[in-house]
Amino acid sequence: METSVRQDRFRVGFWTVMCAVLTLAFLVIAFLRFTKGLGAVTNLSDKFPWGLWIGFDLLCGVGLAAGAFTVTACVHLFNLKDYEPIVRPTILTGFLGYIFVIVALLLDLGQPWNIWHAIIYWNHHSVMFEVAWCVMLYTTVLSIEFSPVVLERFGFHKLAHLIHKFITPLVIVGVCLSTLHQSSLGSVYLIVPSKLHPIWYTQLLPLLFFTSAVGAGLGMVVIESYLSGRTFGRHLEMDLLAPLGRVMVAVLSIYGLMRIQTIAHNGAFRDIIGLTYEGKMFILEFAIGVLAPVIMLAIDKIRNNPTGLVMGSFFAVMGFVVNRLNVSVTGMERSAGIRYVPSVMEITVSLALVGIGMAVFALACRFLPIFPEAAPARRQKRGASPALVPAEEGH
Amino acid sequence: MTVGLLYDSTRCVGCHACSQACKEQNKLPGEVQEQTTAYTWTVVKEHQGAFVRQLCMHCIEPSCASVCPVAALHKTKEGPVVYDADKCMGCRYCMLACPFEVPKYQWDRAVPVVGKCIMCYDRVKDGQATACATACPTQATVFGDRKDLIMDARERMRSNPGTYQEAIYGIKEVGGTGVLMISGVPFASLGLKTGLPEEAPPMRTWQVLSKIPDFVAVWAASLYAIHWITKRRDDVAKAEGAE
Repeated sequence: METSVRQDRFRVGFWTVMCAVLTLAFLVIAFLRFTKGLGAVTNLSDKFPWGLWIGFDLLCGVGLAAGAFTVTACVHLFNLKDYEPIVRPTILTGFLGYIFVIVALLLDLGQPWNIWHAIIYWNHHSVMFEVAWCVMLYTTVLSIEFSPVVLERFGFHKLAHLIHKFITPLVIVGVCLSTLHQSSLGSVYLIVPSKLHPIWYTQLLPLLFFTSAVGAGLGMVVIESYLSGRTFGRHLEMDLLAPLGRVMVAVLSIYGLMRIQTIAHNGAFRDIIGLTYEGKMFILEFAIGVLAPVIMLAIDKIRNNPTGLVMGSFFAVMGFVVNRLNVSVTGMERSAGIRYVPSVMEITVSLALVGIGMAVFALACRFLPIFPEAAPARRQKRGASPALVPAEEGH
Repeated sequence: MTVGLLYDSTRCVGCHACSQACKEQNKLPGEVQEQTTAYTWTVVKEHQGAFVRQLCMHCIEPSCASVCPVAALHKTKEGPVVYDADKCMGCRYCMLACPFEVPKYQWDRAVPVVGKCIMCYDRVKDGQATACATACPTQATVFGDRKDLIMDARERMRSNPGTYQEAIYGIKEVGGTGVLMISGVPFASLGLKTGLPEEAPPMRTWQVLSKIPDFVAVWAASLYAIHWITKRRDDVAKAEGAE
């Protein structure tokens, strides 16, 4: 008991320090960015205008937040009430994911103070215009969906109840907006048929982006349940999460088949067989993101085992990240004629945002009723350090 | 009438007068650079004795204008594709989208904007030729109505057999461009992008975007229907349980 307490304390201390250092670094880089320009902090250039902040922060940040609309749809539209306990944490993840995207955009955009211009200067031929509107509206929807948690915490039960009354239309709007912008992030690349490598360019990009986001979004739900379980001494709800693994098998299989079909259609298999740079990167993406999770999660024994389920989900999420980086970076390098490797500062910003996101998630879990049925008894059983227990504990 | 430029590589002597005139006309700081940048909107390149200009091609259906979320870039009715820095939020989607890699960015500025050839829109609006065409000592770059320029190019090919490649660059590329080029050597050896689709890329985006309103209506209705069915099933089960 004693040692486990100390270990917990050490872990919290280490991550807190890491987070503080990254936040400080983030602020310094942001200062450099707004005094010396994008060229001083990034490896972006006229040949490679979009880098890590778009490929990872934007494409992955939005994609991995897909668990929110998937789970809310399951509970409120498909009436799978069993999943009620994980709705709040997934909505919180989604909300933080979008905030993460917006903060990253504020650094990446040349004139971020003009970000609101999409509201007044319309161009409905632009995918980016549509994405901008969807992200704006969906962030609003997510904050309304999440607001009852905060309202309950501060005793505004009537208002929370009122919001709950409108939950069905709210969720339908949220699902529609998510479907649109998840797929539209793929449509963003439809305009570059002569630039994006044929392994990744296809007219089906919107469909592929949507499907893979649903798969990886569910993977994120499993992982965040696991992480919050570890931090707050809760058990993995295996009876809830294992079926999500089954859904991931179905979604990722369909996605994998569509991927192979589009590559065959483009005649790009010779790059894969020939093990070109792009071919190797595709094999990496497909092996981690599709083959590994589909095979692992299809086997009952692995899927029903907490470690197996988390590992399978982890592969799906990692493969998703590699896919988005392949579309935004690997696939664009040959036509650009240069290799793009993000600068240390670009990587630091991305890491800092992930770290801050996780810290805010952990804080919210501690001070807000995110896990309504999180039994304090379990916490004590795991021997959580006193620092982890909120001051309000026992109310 | 849509105006454009015709560049004849065989007439070009590589004097860079066009680049210099462009700098002065558009008040761009610094010397003419090797490559096009946010501060040098056109350059002349030499490829094994043959010259080629690099500048915005002023597509008939420009990808940059179609992707700009705030319509900072737009195709004017006269033909030039122009840019409004005050609207721009700096997403650089235009740079990604442009099949000719024309828009460039001010990577060294705290408040950066896009730089690209705007076919001297202020001059063109008043019926004047562009600064580059006016400055060209050999008429390698000429300004005019795009249709006339195409006829002019064909005429030059007819009266100088064997001098030119058979094609005019910019007739079909990405749906056609306002800037046209003819040359004595293959376009690929001048570093021009070949193998570009003949269909304008914005069409590919529009095929998806135009379906969104219908899709949303059907999708929202389906979601509501699913909700209604599952809830109804639940209510029935509850009622039966109560009996």
